Amino acid sequence: MIKNIECIDLEVTEIISLHKNFYKLRLTPPKWDWNVGQFVMIRPNDWGFDPFLPRPFSISQLDDEKLEIFFQVVGRGTYLLSHLKPKNKVKVWGPLGKGFKINLNLPILIIAGGMGIAPFVGFIKNHPNPEKIEVIFGHRMPLSCYPISEFPKQILIWTIEDKNEKDLEKLKRAIKVKIEGYSSDGQILACGPLPFLKMIFSECYTKRTHVQFSLERPMACGIGACLSCVIPSPHGENFKVCMDGPVFLCEDLSILFKQQPLIMP
Amino acid sequence: MDLSVKIGNLFLKNPILTASGTFGYGIEYSPFGDLKTLGGIIVKGLSLKPRTGNPGVRICETPCGMLNAIGLENIGVERFIREKLPYLPWRDTAIIANLYGEDISEFEELTKIVASREEIAGLEVNISCPNVKKGGILFGQDAKAAAKVCEAVKKNAKDKTVIIKLSPSVQDITHIAKTVEKAGADAVSLINTIPAMAVDIYSRTPKLTNVIGGLSGPAIKPIALKMVFDVAQSIDIPVIGMGGISNVEDVFEFILVGAHAVQIGSANFTNPKVSFEIVNKLEDIAKRLNINKISDFRGTLKRPIKDQ
Repeated sequence: MIKNIECIDLEVTEIISLHKNFYKLRLTPPKWDWNVGQFVMIRPNDWGFDPFLPRPFSISQLDDEKLEIFFQVVGRGTYLLSHLKPKNKVKVWGPLGKGFKINLNLPILIIAGGMGIAPFVGFIKNHPNPEKIEVIFGHRMPLSCYPISEFPKQILIWTIEDKNEKDLEKLKRAIKVKIEGYSSDGQILACGPLPFLKMIFSECYTKRTHVQFSLERPMACGIGACLSCVIPSPHGENFKVCMDGPVFLCEDLSILFKQQPLIMP
Repeated sequence: MDLSVKIGNLFLKNPILTASGTFGYGIEYSPFGDLKTLGGIIVKGLSLKPRTGNPGVRICETPCGMLNAIGLENIGVERFIREKLPYLPWRDTAIIANLYGEDISEFEELTKIVASREEIAGLEVNISCPNVKKGGILFGQDAKAAAKVCEAVKKNAKDKTVIIKLSPSVQDITHIAKTVEKAGADAVSLINTIPAMAVDIYSRTPKLTNVIGGLSGPAIKPIALKMVFDVAQSIDIPVIGMGGISNVEDVFEFILVGAHAVQIGSANFTNPKVSFEIVNKLEDIAKRLNINKISDFRGTLKRPIKDQ
């Protein structure tokens, strides 16, 4: 029942600033069997009692050289993370949760909103057939904040700056058209803020299209103990985003997005 | 080195218990250490029927601590017995069921169910949860109601040790402690979280959807220590201390002021290995303190040195 989760002290090897407030944190790599979409809990050893709680982050990349986390400074915890120095020790537990189910042979549409690109970075960079990937990337901050320029050139990427109503309409249209295109013979993976995911959900809900959604929720433990991160499920009980997710299917999210339960084809 | 502790009929190989609500059903923490090494595991509060808890945002970080308003979400006592209990190492460590009832009759029924299980070594009675509308802290703030719950549980608990978990949110915690002692409690545990809140001035909203929650973590440790100190001197039954205990020194602080055993709570979130690490360090500290038996240290706090 419990997978190969471990809690270890890792060392910071590098911290790269992409743009003001956007960082890549690199740590000495653990030897983990993991899936795209899984996450880790992180807490620097020198935090003492304050900040108190660890922070959850998607695994952006994990290979023989590094465990990489992509993050934005949004509060005191992430501010302190951005000031970590090489050799600093960080307590990390993972790999946590259930990731995306991906068939590498089928075309893939990734729909990411802002920091929602984080779980896909390594996957996009290392896919054996990058021409099979298409990305819709909605963002509010300048494109240079995100590690988009690292992606292989063969990847079809639609970046849409979402600053006003007009942009949002454009984004909605793009999502609608692309979801339709991938509904029969492709896979669709989505990650981003809740309103962004809701927009995608509305589309796949009406069309009965299979989409995998990765959710973000505040959590204290990451392992199903604290019950902070739950969302209502269509089965009456709650889903624990940390254990049952963070990746969910369209039909799992009907109650969260206040719709009638969905029967998928 | 004798680290063992006796609390009622409960034999603990060491004084380290994990606090209810911070350690899931125990199994969640098995990747991080050997559950058998713990003195005991107090599982997530159990109710007769499954509960889904409170909606919305349920936790919020605060300086040196956190607020929670989970609302006692749990799978219900029957499913716990069926799906979780068989996987816990109950022959090697004390499994303590934490019970939550909305009224006396629910407590009675719950007690009957868990008291019949050989896997369960003791019961902790939650009369101090600040996050539920019925029962919880309301029982814990009224000495008569607390005594009634205690009697009802004790009557149905067979030979299981009954621990009453007390709220700090009362005028005089020693009064409640004495009352439940008279009502037959085998031990008391304290403190549960402190009712508290956090707000956002920009959105003018509370940070928790439930508005109020329970404060825990090192921020409350000095309050907990004082209450354990007071209660340990006012009753004869064992006291189990908790509230912000994060390392092995904290454990000995609580024992010094009179605790028989302690519970590790929110610290489990900051490091999932912490309870196991604390157990491993007990002997070293005991040696440094020059004690052969952990009970030799209990309640040995000296008077302050006057000339200082």
